[in-house]
Amino acid sequence: MALWAIISTHGYECAAIALCAMGLLNLTLHGNLIRKCLGANLFSTAVFLFFGARGYRTGGEAAILDPETLTAPEVAVNVVPTSLILTGIVVSVSITAFFLALTIRIYERYGTVDLDEVLLRVAQEQAELEQEETGGPS
Amino acid sequence: MDILRCVPLLSIFLPMLSGFLLLLISDGKLALRATAVITAAVAGMSVALTAYLTSRAESFTFVMGSFPAPWGNELRAGPAEALFATVYSVVLLLLLKDSSSHSLKEISAHRQSLYLAVLNLLLGSMLALIYTNDLFSAYVFLEVSTIAACSIVMVKDKGESLAESMRYLLLYMIGSTFFLLGVVLLYSVTGHLLMEPLQQAIAQLVQTGQYSICLSVSLLLMTVGLAIKSAVFPFHTVLPGAHGSAVATSSAVLSGLLLESYVIVLMKILLRVYTLPVAQSLHILDALLILGLMAMVAGSLSAMKQRNIKRMLAYSSAAQIGYIYVGIGLGSQAGMVAASFHIIAHAFTKSMLFICAGELIAHSGGSSRFAQLRGAAWRAPLAGIGFTMGGISLVGVPLLACFVSKLYLAKSAFDGSWRTVFVLVALGISMILNAMYFIPAVSAIWSGRKEFEENRRPSAENLLRNAVHGITWQMVANIALGVGFAPVVEVLVLGIALL
Repeated sequence: MALWAIISTHGYECAAIALCAMGLLNLTLHGNLIRKCLGANLFSTAVFLFFGARGYRTGGEAAILDPETLTAPEVAVNVVPTSLILTGIVVSVSITAFFLALTIRIYERYGTVDLDEVLLRVAQEQAELEQEETGGPS
Repeated sequence: MDILRCVPLLSIFLPMLSGFLLLLISDGKLALRATAVITAAVAGMSVALTAYLTSRAESFTFVMGSFPAPWGNELRAGPAEALFATVYSVVLLLLLKDSSSHSLKEISAHRQSLYLAVLNLLLGSMLALIYTNDLFSAYVFLEVSTIAACSIVMVKDKGESLAESMRYLLLYMIGSTFFLLGVVLLYSVTGHLLMEPLQQAIAQLVQTGQYSICLSVSLLLMTVGLAIKSAVFPFHTVLPGAHGSAVATSSAVLSGLLLESYVIVLMKILLRVYTLPVAQSLHILDALLILGLMAMVAGSLSAMKQRNIKRMLAYSSAAQIGYIYVGIGLGSQAGMVAASFHIIAHAFTKSMLFICAGELIAHSGGSSRFAQLRGAAWRAPLAGIGFTMGGISLVGVPLLACFVSKLYLAKSAFDGSWRTVFVLVALGISMILNAMYFIPAVSAIWSGRKEFEENRRPSAENLLRNAVHGITWQMVANIALGVGFAPVVEVLVLGIALL
């Protein structure tokens, strides 16, 4: 019952935490880089959702003056989380762009977007290189 | 001296600005010179600020855009922050002097200025992490430094460095998102992001006993995030790949400076946001101490197994980060001073080791394996001497920088009740392990003198020309820190007390 009470009053936060877990699992457990990227996005967006939900007040409006009467709304939502989320989204977009650029480079080099396979290939290449070095003229 | 109050802002803003301007320059040499000028300017300003703040024994906050305390965005500078900024810019300046010789040659010509632009951004973001007084700005600069760090790993454009920088990026993304989650939780119970109001709000919450779970979870999340980013014990496995595959200058910056800047953020959170008694009662300091102790031993054990000089150095960084965490985990002012001194000593020593290793590798046909490095020190004597000296310093021989930090760490361990024994034993073990992994490396590079002498003797002229290299200055700095440590410690004691 207590759990249900929490879920009904803090629905957004609970959803955010569930999304967080889903994103983190995708990010860590999947080998596919695109899946990882989606997971990372889900993870950070869930944190933003949590943050936004903490700044919400029931019945609150956007904290903007009425253009005609120049009065503030009686109940306004907390604008600090909203503006910080905006910054956070910018940061998260740039990280995603970098991630995807790196993925493209890896795909060009190895022809796969599976990180485990890429790491295996790297290990193979290194072993070959070592063999060359020790086998060659020293 | 109002003008000195702008130093924190300027020393963040100048590298950032020059980072963007360098995108317009395509000539690598010019870009290098511009970066060196900017870094020297930052170093000069930071020295002046350190001297000024130390002589007045004060600290100040710089309010951005003159929004007053609970809302604005602030920078804060005290003697400790100014000293860290000095060390960071001086170390980077010496690295730039070195990188003109070989590190830059490994990067293709059209990328050199891009590389230096990213290096500028990295310097700016590290200084921002040192000076910031605001947890959300700290998150933003954590992410900036993540992108910059991954870019300087992948600049070599080999398959290995691509894959390794991807692994690095994944781990760092998780780390900074954990940090953000912690900040969000803390904001939702206190309503503040600046450090002073947060400290008051937390003190009040602790007194009334409200939200105690939320406070500890938030501290835990921030600590885990920063621990992942600074690669302390369970998270250190990504270091050797990334630092081992990058060019020497990148490895030196990542190992010697970047990892420590996250530790500095953690120290500021513990000292200025939560304060030590609260952190102690939440048991986070004990966790840090245990992680640090394990890192000291595990890092050194992994380093022993390596037959690749750069991977060995990367694992050694993991062990040295352990020392810093132990200093923090002791939970006393003296421990914090020891940790801060080790940050400085490690910055100078590890950057020298990586640069010397890079030079030795360049003189051994580009291979970083011990077998190929045989006799490398005879081919590049200055780098050989530098590497040997760095190794001796990390082992903890008196008159060199890292000895002093170990001495202070051991001294501060004595008033740590049950912790004393563990810290002293781990210090002893890790010193022996340090020696055990540096001896094979050092003996490999100095072996085979006879074969070499038959081919070519190092001419005196050649040695002299090499001596104007940055390595010489790094060696001088190492000895200076080891002998004249007293003023540095004084500044740190003052700075930590003011934090």
